[in-house]
Amino acid sequence: MQGFIYPNEFELQWSLLIVLYPYVTGLVAGAFILASLERVFNVKEVEPTYRLSLLTALAFLLVAPLPLLLHLGHPFRSYEIFLTPNSQSAMAMFGFVYAWYLMVVLLLEIWFDYRKDLVLWYRQERGWRRWVHYALTLGATDLSERSLKFDDRVGRWITLIGIPSAFLLHGYVGFIFGSIKANPWWSSVLMPVVFIFSAIVSGIALVLLIYMISSMIRWKPVDMRCADKLASFLFYAMVVDFSLEMLDFIHRLYESEESIEILTQLIQSRLFISLIVLQIVLGTLLPMIVLGLTAPALSKRSFVKMPDELKRLVYIGSAIMVQIGIFSIRWNVVIGGQLFSKSLRGLTVYKLELLGLEGLLTTGILLILPFVILWILIKVLPPWSEDEVSLPEARESAEAGSASPV
Amino acid sequence: MMSHDEHPVPEVPSTPENQSVDRREFLKKCGLAAPILLGVIRVPVLGAQDAEDAYDAAEHLYGMGIDVSKCIGCGQCVAACKIENDVPEEPHFFNTWVERYVIGMDEEVEVDSPDGGMNGFPTAEGDIRRTFFVPKLCNHCAEAPCVQVCPVGATFTTEDGVVLVDEDYCIGCRYCIQACPYGARWLHPEKLVASKCTFCYHRVVEGLVPACVEVCPTAARVFGELQTRATPLARFLRFNDIQVLKPHMNTKPKVYYANLDGEVT
Repeated sequence: MQGFIYPNEFELQWSLLIVLYPYVTGLVAGAFILASLERVFNVKEVEPTYRLSLLTALAFLLVAPLPLLLHLGHPFRSYEIFLTPNSQSAMAMFGFVYAWYLMVVLLLEIWFDYRKDLVLWYRQERGWRRWVHYALTLGATDLSERSLKFDDRVGRWITLIGIPSAFLLHGYVGFIFGSIKANPWWSSVLMPVVFIFSAIVSGIALVLLIYMISSMIRWKPVDMRCADKLASFLFYAMVVDFSLEMLDFIHRLYESEESIEILTQLIQSRLFISLIVLQIVLGTLLPMIVLGLTAPALSKRSFVKMPDELKRLVYIGSAIMVQIGIFSIRWNVVIGGQLFSKSLRGLTVYKLELLGLEGLLTTGILLILPFVILWILIKVLPPWSEDEVSLPEARESAEAGSASPV
Repeated sequence: MMSHDEHPVPEVPSTPENQSVDRREFLKKCGLAAPILLGVIRVPVLGAQDAEDAYDAAEHLYGMGIDVSKCIGCGQCVAACKIENDVPEEPHFFNTWVERYVIGMDEEVEVDSPDGGMNGFPTAEGDIRRTFFVPKLCNHCAEAPCVQVCPVGATFTTEDGVVLVDEDYCIGCRYCIQACPYGARWLHPEKLVASKCTFCYHRVVEGLVPACVEVCPTAARVFGELQTRATPLARFLRFNDIQVLKPHMNTKPKVYYANLDGEVT
């Protein structure tokens, strides 16, 4: 402790778990927006990651409410958010935004996208997989040209609705912080926008990582056109994200409101490592420069030529640095916003638990859990192109061209 | 609550063969008469109050006045509040606390509140220009950010202007604690719900003043009605220059300070 803090501020209210929540929802929103690149904006190069992005988004979305639930004083009362929401409260909307995104956007899009394959898998397979896949078709086994066209059209519409929904999902999380006028570190109209762009950055980096590493594990070649495109998009998103954050920073500095003194102290002492070193230098500038030089983002050919093997390593390294940077952003927002007193006269410290319910161990488990879920999802709904089955020989040959585009 | 009129009236049969008064009949008649008799001598039946005596929140609007120049930093208010409201003894949970401002000749401002000021303050040292104590508590804001952000509506404003927390309803998300600009809220370590000053609502509805006001030896705190003209609080507001804390937050506090220094945050 340093200076004066209000006596009730001694305990930090939002712990590491609340850092995890915006981090995870950001990955969901980002992965989904990446998927929509292929579907809506017809970026054909990223096609190999389309289904993988959707499954990644779903795996992380299923985990997203867990840190919140574990953090609540009374998790068994959480259903009250659905039953008697306070319409004035930003947080009350969480349940509805989440349910909308899960039910209307992600699950529906995945179902319409996979339906053809589910039917074909179930027809070919034996044993439990057959029944799982049959159950997942929900009985809709019609593979006529008309029904497949319908799948495609609906899928496209859902993606269209999905893009603003993904913005809503994560922009809303930013709003939860940005709308707290009592906290000058949070209170900013840019907060939801910065959240959205950092989400896109983190989502692309995550899918890039999962795509490269899963290809290595499966002994399959990485489609370098796809990797290059992902790296380029990651670079573009980072430029926008970093510009927005700098705008926020310069704006605060220039306005120099009454809080500027304590916030400067906050950055110089408590947040130096996590903000200056991890978030800005290692998590943003370094990968941005590396990607700018190695990915074909600024010209058709990259500035620095290197063999594909090395390039893959550079991409993986950059994506990991980006993840560290984005996690630091969430940390700096959530924890940073609680390290100074609302009296603007002092700083406090956050004591990280190791084994407690809100400690490092729980956080680690919650970060591994989405990968376990993703692994199961990949087993049930293989996203790889080689697992896609074409319609049987006996099928109406005319339908071949109109099947689902993936 | 059941009023006298609503008391069930036993049916008295009036056939001729029942006219002789047996024991059962007598008891029945007593049952019929009891509420009327008890009503006349004003004995509360089943804890019922007369309708005209019942507390009507709509007729009140409460606020508090604090005269900074009168506070001597004894911390009695903090101690009384802890006892009255079962606030945990540990030093980091306070419905009300006292801050001391020490402004040196070099305009350096030092603020402290050891144990919330509950046990007084150590002697201030150095070259002091001016020093004073500021009692703090929930401001019971008319535009309370805590009420706005509560996702389930567990924090609410009563008709008489007091901001309360429904302990059986609060989910413990702590958004309200983040939203309060004054640091007036805390999470109860056992109940795991948000807690705060209630203006001693349990006392106020009985016509008493909050515990902190009751024990203040210098009458630095004045509690009362905001909308009635002839009350101590109304006089306080009429004869002092009044300020509220963090007016730029636009929370419309109902704790009013007299002789408040510009340094107070």
